[in-house]
Amino acid sequence: MGCIESLSYEIILQGASFKECRDFVRANCHEYLDVQPGFKIFEKPTIGVPPISIGLDGDTITFPYTKPCYGTFLLRVSNHEEAERIRVAAKAGKK
Amino acid sequence: MTRQQGAAEKSAVLVLGCPQVPVQTGIALYLISQLRKKGIRATIAGNRAARLLIEVSDPERHYISEVMDLDRYISELAEQKRDFDYHFVFIHNDAGVSYGATVQALTGSPVIAVIYGEHFQEVAGDIEFPCEKVMAKAVHNPMPLKNKLDEVLPWVVSNL
Repeated sequence: MGCIESLSYEIILQGASFKECRDFVRANCHEYLDVQPGFKIFEKPTIGVPPISIGLDGDTITFPYTKPCYGTFLLRVSNHEEAERIRVAAKAGKK
Repeated sequence: MTRQQGAAEKSAVLVLGCPQVPVQTGIALYLISQLRKKGIRATIAGNRAARLLIEVSDPERHYISEVMDLDRYISELAEQKRDFDYHFVFIHNDAGVSYGATVQALTGSPVIAVIYGEHFQEVAGDIEFPCEKVMAKAVHNPMPLKNKLDEVLPWVVSNL
């Protein structure tokens, strides 16, 4: 997920399980949307066990990012355009 | 959407996880050879380290054919550009479960979870998505997992 790595992100959880990421988003984000695996964030399909919860706090997106050797990270990135796109696409059930 | 094969030949993809568990590469090559005997062409999808281990292990490419990046494989499934008749997902940790669930959600084809490693039962217990499970405690010694594959592969590829 090269484009994610080029973003300015904050790691919220590291080495977390998919369930821990989902629980954290639901408990701590102002707004969350449940999406299916393959839903694109920053143009890359999301990896995870459905439902995958994506958190939104204004323009800040909190989402899981899985790497085969390092497990799942919960990342936080601020990006107005992507946050708006996610709101529209997730509510419409798009990938 | 395209598939790999002509009318007769079926296709499979082996989705490799982190190669930190030694049996993965050997079992993948063994599975490719067994699938080939059944007329199934296998593609490898994995991260760079997993792909290089496979490619270095079979430099003349007697067993391996196409090798693709894991992200590209997921993207092509998600965009419905491509699918395979069977998806063998190698799983030994939580990340592997996430990849398996993702593949299952994106494809209409059978998913076979090949589960191994020290904590294989715990990992298998986290799998809630529909799939066939082939599992054994195999870390350094591939034989328990090879034996399981020998038991179930004829059934798996003829019944799914």
